[in-house]
Amino acid sequence: MLLIEDLKVKLGKREILRHIDLEIRPGETHILFGPNGSGKTSLLMTIMGYPQYKVVSGKITFKGEDITHMSINERAELGIGMSYQRPPSIQGLKTRQLIDICCNNGGDTEALAEELNFSEFLGRDINVGFSGGEIKKSELLQLMAQDPDLYLFDEPESGVDLENISLIGNTINHLLRKNLHSTADKSKKEVVKERPKMGLIITHTGFILDYVTADRGQVLYNGVLACRSNPSAIFRQIKDEGYGECVRCAI
Amino acid sequence: MRDLDNKASEAKDKKAAIGPDVELDAYSVEPPAHETIQDLKSLPEEDKERMLLAGIDTEESERSGTYIQKDSSSIYAFSHEEGLEVIPIREALEKLDWVKEYYWKLASVDQDKYTARAHLDLHDGYVIRALPGSKISFPVQACLYLEREGSTQNVHNIIIAEEDSELHVITGCATAAHVTEGLHIGISEFFVKKNAKLSFTMIHHWADNMIVRPRSVAKVEEGGLFLSNYVSMKPIKSIQSYPTTYLDGKGAVARFYSLLVGSPGSELDIGGRVYLRGKDTRAEIISRAITNGGNIIARGDLIGEKPGVKGHLECHGLILKGGFMHAIPELTGTVDGVEMSHEAAVGKIAQEEIYYLMSRGLTEEEATATIVRGFLNVDIPGLPPKLKSEIDRAVELSQQEFM
Repeated sequence: MLLIEDLKVKLGKREILRHIDLEIRPGETHILFGPNGSGKTSLLMTIMGYPQYKVVSGKITFKGEDITHMSINERAELGIGMSYQRPPSIQGLKTRQLIDICCNNGGDTEALAEELNFSEFLGRDINVGFSGGEIKKSELLQLMAQDPDLYLFDEPESGVDLENISLIGNTINHLLRKNLHSTADKSKKEVVKERPKMGLIITHTGFILDYVTADRGQVLYNGVLACRSNPSAIFRQIKDEGYGECVRCAI
Repeated sequence: MRDLDNKASEAKDKKAAIGPDVELDAYSVEPPAHETIQDLKSLPEEDKERMLLAGIDTEESERSGTYIQKDSSSIYAFSHEEGLEVIPIREALEKLDWVKEYYWKLASVDQDKYTARAHLDLHDGYVIRALPGSKISFPVQACLYLEREGSTQNVHNIIIAEEDSELHVITGCATAAHVTEGLHIGISEFFVKKNAKLSFTMIHHWADNMIVRPRSVAKVEEGGLFLSNYVSMKPIKSIQSYPTTYLDGKGAVARFYSLLVGSPGSELDIGGRVYLRGKDTRAEIISRAITNGGNIIARGDLIGEKPGVKGHLECHGLILKGGFMHAIPELTGTVDGVEMSHEAAVGKIAQEEIYYLMSRGLTEEEATATIVRGFLNVDIPGLPPKLKSEIDRAVELSQQEFM
């Protein structure tokens, strides 16, 4: 479980997140909405442990451990993984090497890349000259290899062409174990209950909702979590009325 | 020869145009002579290990020929393939008239006191030649090994890729483990003839207080390709090298790659200069330098003299733990229609890249090492995989030392 309690975060001198309370239980996937600059990426970066996002007060607990001041790699080891919106390019580091790193040399890089039709990129320097969609695939491939328990997705569908959007969407749904079926000795309800994976997904377009069964929606507005509800309902409202209504909730 | 002697004598005190001046008299220890050997297995284990660090495989697996020089004597020179010649240069100058047509034909004996010394007090060197049409299947390796503390080694090498031939040479320069200081002067003249392909990979693995003054010139004829790689990862007191290449023939190509690490107390002044003289010639000079407290000057100079020539220069430097980095890219065009560019950057590892890799499970140190390894991992088109892996190994071996 991820538990965030009354979190206040500063980036430089600016307070960018306030009074954040968030709980993601095992098996749950939440969608994070919010206008540009509302702090969505900052929240993901804070959960991942980027030190420039300074936690001023409050607490982040993951799997029962206080991770508020843990380093990025310790959090990764504990099972948090992130798909970045704009990851850095690293000259000379082949995508294959990075996937091997993510697998911790325990997975099959070639097979994973095959699943995403990404094999031809394994020999290329990571993110160097990748298009928007290629970056998203590469990020997803890294997460598949890492197989964390908490998936943080920062706009996984932005820049992806229509042909690939279903591949990405379905893969995410699969990674979050949202497509489980009942087995001979367990009912679907039981299977779902044991599902450990958690997700927090930032989306602007809402396309991802067509593929991923999300449990909750959250709206982040001006550094404050303003609304918790059914994700599709929130998305419909934002589409119809913009974030105006969220402002009223945030006040 | 008389003429060369005179010119050299006149230049014997002439300071070099760039680089710290070296007091040659300070290296007066006479280098010892060594007996030739018939089998590399008879080399002492210590020597084999040191040579291996410079890319020299004394098992000779996947090598078409080997030249090994210890101090002032060539001790082993063999070709294992038809169409390939590997001959000590003193022997070659004595017995083979044609060699004189190449000796000091590109490099100038009176360029400075180092070239002069290499002629006046020659301690051998090699002639490696691929005969016309010969595609030499494996790399030819040459090792210049300095064993006597405080001595000098003045060598002269001539490498010839005859028409339509293909030749890959790996030269490893190393010192014995007990050696702390010495002076190495190396003259190299490269002749890449019509439609020939020559790659030359040099790995330096010197002692901390070595002074090295290479002087190299290459000439590439029509359709020829000259690929030159230089790797220096180990601490060294001072090296200054600015090889020149003349792309004379139509469509000739030259590519230079240098991977440099400057440790505290090291001074590296490494460059490359290419004259694009023939129609449609192309040149690329790429350097990647890291300093942990050493001084590095990375130079590059492209001179375009024919319309339609293309050239690119790239000097990238990382300052990791102090030090000094000076990138000096130069471009000169003398006619309309040349196309040349350069890209120079001096900086540090981006924190964002470190964090990115940490979020994939690496520690900060592992992430930094991975990025540095990537920085030094340059794709070199046309280089046989075997040689690329030699370069990778040299980089890998030095990782622990400079991280």
